[in-house]
Amino acid sequence: MSDVFVVGIDMTKFQKAGTGPAVDVLGAQAALMALDDCGLKIQDMEALYCGNLGQAAAMVGQRVLQQIGQTGIPVVNCANACATGATAFREAWMAVKAGVYDLVIAVGVEKMGGGLLGGAGGGTGIPKEGLLGSGTMPAVFAEAGMEHARKHGTTFEQFAKVSVKNHHHSTMNPKSMYQIETPLETVMNAEMIAYPNTKLMCSVNVDGSAAAVIASEKKAKELGLMGRAVRVKASVMTSDPWQERDLVMPDVNTCTRNAAKKAYEMAGVSPQDINLVELHDCFATAEILHYENLGLCGDGEAGKMIDTGEVALGGRVPVNVSGGLLSKGHPLGATGIANIYEVSTHLRGEAGKRQVPNARLGLTHVIGLGSACGIHILEKAS
Amino acid sequence: MAQSTKPLPVVEWLKLPDGGDPYLEGHKCQSCGAVFLGERTVCAKCGARDKLKTQKLSNTGTLYVYSIVHRSFPGIEVPYVSAIVDLDGGGTVKGNLINIEPDPEKIKLGMPVEVVYKDALGRKDREGNSYVSYFFQPRQ
Repeated sequence: MSDVFVVGIDMTKFQKAGTGPAVDVLGAQAALMALDDCGLKIQDMEALYCGNLGQAAAMVGQRVLQQIGQTGIPVVNCANACATGATAFREAWMAVKAGVYDLVIAVGVEKMGGGLLGGAGGGTGIPKEGLLGSGTMPAVFAEAGMEHARKHGTTFEQFAKVSVKNHHHSTMNPKSMYQIETPLETVMNAEMIAYPNTKLMCSVNVDGSAAAVIASEKKAKELGLMGRAVRVKASVMTSDPWQERDLVMPDVNTCTRNAAKKAYEMAGVSPQDINLVELHDCFATAEILHYENLGLCGDGEAGKMIDTGEVALGGRVPVNVSGGLLSKGHPLGATGIANIYEVSTHLRGEAGKRQVPNARLGLTHVIGLGSACGIHILEKAS
Repeated sequence: MAQSTKPLPVVEWLKLPDGGDPYLEGHKCQSCGAVFLGERTVCAKCGARDKLKTQKLSNTGTLYVYSIVHRSFPGIEVPYVSAIVDLDGGGTVKGNLINIEPDPEKIKLGMPVEVVYKDALGRKDREGNSYVSYFFQPRQ
């Protein structure tokens, strides 16, 4: 089978939750931007894959086409928690990889509410939140971080440093929701949401969309689009295999480890070959876990990774140079494609002040709790 | 649902036997030993069918991990300690850790805890029913 390429990709500037246009209009914006990025039209697309969570039953993909051109192409709408965008991208990739289509578009879009996500229990009876512990996302990921602390002695300060780093990176990203420096004391002294996650260690709810035009090798060459093309070296999804605590403690580790192993095999590369990573920093605690889960360091070495700056821009393997979900923002259905936009932009050498020098190979990772893990490895095509 | 004459269990796997002490009930796979909360017919670990048997879970265990929750939904009193506890003999349960200061200096990972049963913080359903919940507290 021949390779599959991203030939056009873009994202909207992420904006405060609730301030964006309607979900179809927002999705249409990124779709048009991605088409413009490669000089193609919606009439050139053979299928559309749409990722959206908030209106998963409301035919968002078709409504995007109603905004930009109802060409009658097949549309697939998908929802997969925070892996929704990556799932839409992967479905698009798979159709081209299988030879069904030569040119398709994947769109991820989300309009977010404010405040906390999650919550324990529900259903019948009485509210369970704050009675049977917490199902709020900051607490769930705090507990996941505490497991790392338990095994490896990771400290509150080390978790907080993730947020300092990602907020710093975002000062160089004009598409990020925030562009502000947050020194360590500011992060640690911010309102405590769920120990050890303070408010500045929680991802930002934003409205945003991202879209990618995906082409077969034949088509990309025929259209003369190989110059800025990005090769999809690996596309992998996993769900969470059974773990003894997973009835009460979602496991974001094993599905990531399994997906990473498969992705490196598929791409024929090792973690040491990766020049930059956009990973699922929905909370500062989560980022630490994934350094190890993605094989960027050995087990127990994640604390050292953040302490030594190896994962900062200029370090051995910069992580979340976009600002990450912590500062760029986390529009659930768009995040997976926005991550691919970030890595693609570096591979194209177009990332401006935050450019990772000589980037040839990058990895994107998302986790949808419940759980779905999506990993893509991308390579500069020329 | 009409109002019940006695308190109801907060989850179906909290059992309130007539004339007996409350307990948590697990379902243990007789093929692979995995323990689940709530009734089921197929084991999610090994896929065995109809091999799940009820098992009374222990009222003692150890604190696996926790978070101190300072911000929750409107109307939920904070702070509280959300705790994940490994019960002795199998089964992992999530609940509030009580009778300890919500302070990371005071809460020790791996500390012994016990399960206690009492009214569900005064919460009532629409029919006015009271509920019994389980909580964890430090064990000497």
